[in-house]
Amino acid sequence: MSSQYSQPRQNSLAEHTSGRPYAKLLSKAFALLCAACTFVCVATLVMLLWKIIEYGWGRVSMDLITEYPSSTPEKAGIKSALVGSLYLIGLTALFSVPIGVGAAIFLEEYCKPSRWRTMVQTNIANLAGVPSIVYGILGLGLFVRYMNLNRSVLAGAMTLTLVVLPIVILTAQEALRAVPGSIRQASYALGATRWQTVWGQLLPASLPSILTGVILALSRALGEAAPLLAIGAATYTTFLPESIYDDFSVMPLQIYYWAGLPQEEFKQAAAAAIVVLLTVLICMNALAVFLRYRFSKRIQW
Amino acid sequence: MAPLATSNSDGTVGGSKISAGSSPSYRKYFEKGISGLLAVCAAVSILTTVGIVVILLTQSLPFFGEVSIVEFLTGTEWTPLFKPQHFGILPLVCGTTLVAGGAALIAIPLGLGTAIYLSEYARPAVRNTVKPALEILAGIPSVVFGYVALVFISPLLRGWFPSAEYFNAASACIVVGVMILPMVVSLSEEVLRSVPRSLREASYALGATKFDVTCGVVVPAALSGIVASFLLAIARAIGETMAVTMAAGATAQLTLNPLKSIQTMTAYIVEVSSGDIPMGSIEYSTVFAVGLTLFAFTLCLNVLAQWILSRMREKYE
Repeated sequence: MSSQYSQPRQNSLAEHTSGRPYAKLLSKAFALLCAACTFVCVATLVMLLWKIIEYGWGRVSMDLITEYPSSTPEKAGIKSALVGSLYLIGLTALFSVPIGVGAAIFLEEYCKPSRWRTMVQTNIANLAGVPSIVYGILGLGLFVRYMNLNRSVLAGAMTLTLVVLPIVILTAQEALRAVPGSIRQASYALGATRWQTVWGQLLPASLPSILTGVILALSRALGEAAPLLAIGAATYTTFLPESIYDDFSVMPLQIYYWAGLPQEEFKQAAAAAIVVLLTVLICMNALAVFLRYRFSKRIQW
Repeated sequence: MAPLATSNSDGTVGGSKISAGSSPSYRKYFEKGISGLLAVCAAVSILTTVGIVVILLTQSLPFFGEVSIVEFLTGTEWTPLFKPQHFGILPLVCGTTLVAGGAALIAIPLGLGTAIYLSEYARPAVRNTVKPALEILAGIPSVVFGYVALVFISPLLRGWFPSAEYFNAASACIVVGVMILPMVVSLSEEVLRSVPRSLREASYALGATKFDVTCGVVVPAALSGIVASFLLAIARAIGETMAVTMAAGATAQLTLNPLKSIQTMTAYIVEVSSGDIPMGSIEYSTVFAVGLTLFAFTLCLNVLAQWILSRMREKYE
């Protein structure tokens, strides 16, 4: 009896594939293959982080953060690189946020759809795909040589501003687009001017999303080393930058320098510096995720 | 609410006469000024592009004044830093292609498989955990990947293949592949998900298995978007700098052996600009010539990818 019951049941599932006996097997195998790919991706991520933490954890201490780099691997710290990084990121934010948000407001709220706008938009999308080292060459030619800023914090921040600007513009545009048109119309209906609408309504409403984009852009800038190498930033400094015209080093460059040294202890110090850098980055990303989550719940149109 | 109230008490409602005096004209100028200021912000992006092109072209002019373009593009030896000097960019292009190709070989199948799994098979809970997790991968700085290649992967490869050099292209391929993986996954997953449900349902109604639906209907329907994501990822791999500088070495040679040390265009730029080459010399201007080539390569790929994506968007909306 049971075989009679199971027979038609099996058939009802298999009848579509009757001409292809292995169709279901193939389907299952494919599903497994795809799942395996996903597993490999996630496992790679876990392995990567775990290896670095395992290798560098022993070197992570307060001394690492409060000591200057040194030729003695056991005593070497990342103080100057950490301060340099913060300095650089602060300046980059100062330049890139007003310009990026301003450009986004112009494109979204002021500029009528036209060939010009399409052109600028395509241009920004392309700039987002330009390798960061090319921005480094631009900074080298323009800021370091032509404007004579040398290898200063200012030149580095201006170069990084150009690197992150497309990201800031694109995310701010998306944030503004997410504000419904009825808000604008209500504002205009009350007699507000364009700028009053932008400043009083659109910016407050889109601020969380804009902030999220800014944080992500800055975390990218924090990890960026290639354009700074191209403008010739120092990979080793034992002093803190005091003005925006001083030489500087940043954490990625410190890691690059230590990783290239032959001593095992320096490689370990580099791993410890990576742990510090990744901690800062993950905190920034978590903040961005938190902001997006928090405000997406609160603001409902 | 507050801003609305202010604009109300400003007396601008209905252009009423409360706002008599110079206020309207002042406001007009203010608005004009703001609009101009914002336009300047937007112009920065255009200026950046112009700046890149102008700097790359003018600064590489002295180079092309001494070296013919034909020699530059067809020469098989790249030794600008020592005598006898040769200026053929093919070894650098070859190294770049080797790394980008190897990275693509790793990232494309793995990324596409993951994207298909996340979009077609995974439960929402799994997708919502794995996708952000992979985005962490995208946020890891490339210098970290270079470190991993140098310290962990290269010794591993030398254990398996004793002929491998300490700096080798293979370890760079692996880490660059991992780097561009999240890009392939998230872009492909989005285009796969944007394929209308009705296509899937129609296919199931005709008696297709899940495999038939995925590989016969969904993937082909999203193919242009998937290809675009591949192109963007490859462009990223070509422009990737720190990982290849640290892992692949600095030997510009024409080889397809991934166990050998090679040099990419980006790594060369780093080598020269962080060294002590006097500004204005021919060696120095090679940076801009190589940069120009790199820029042209990635720009072509990016433009092509965006063109494909824009065509795809028209199709579904």
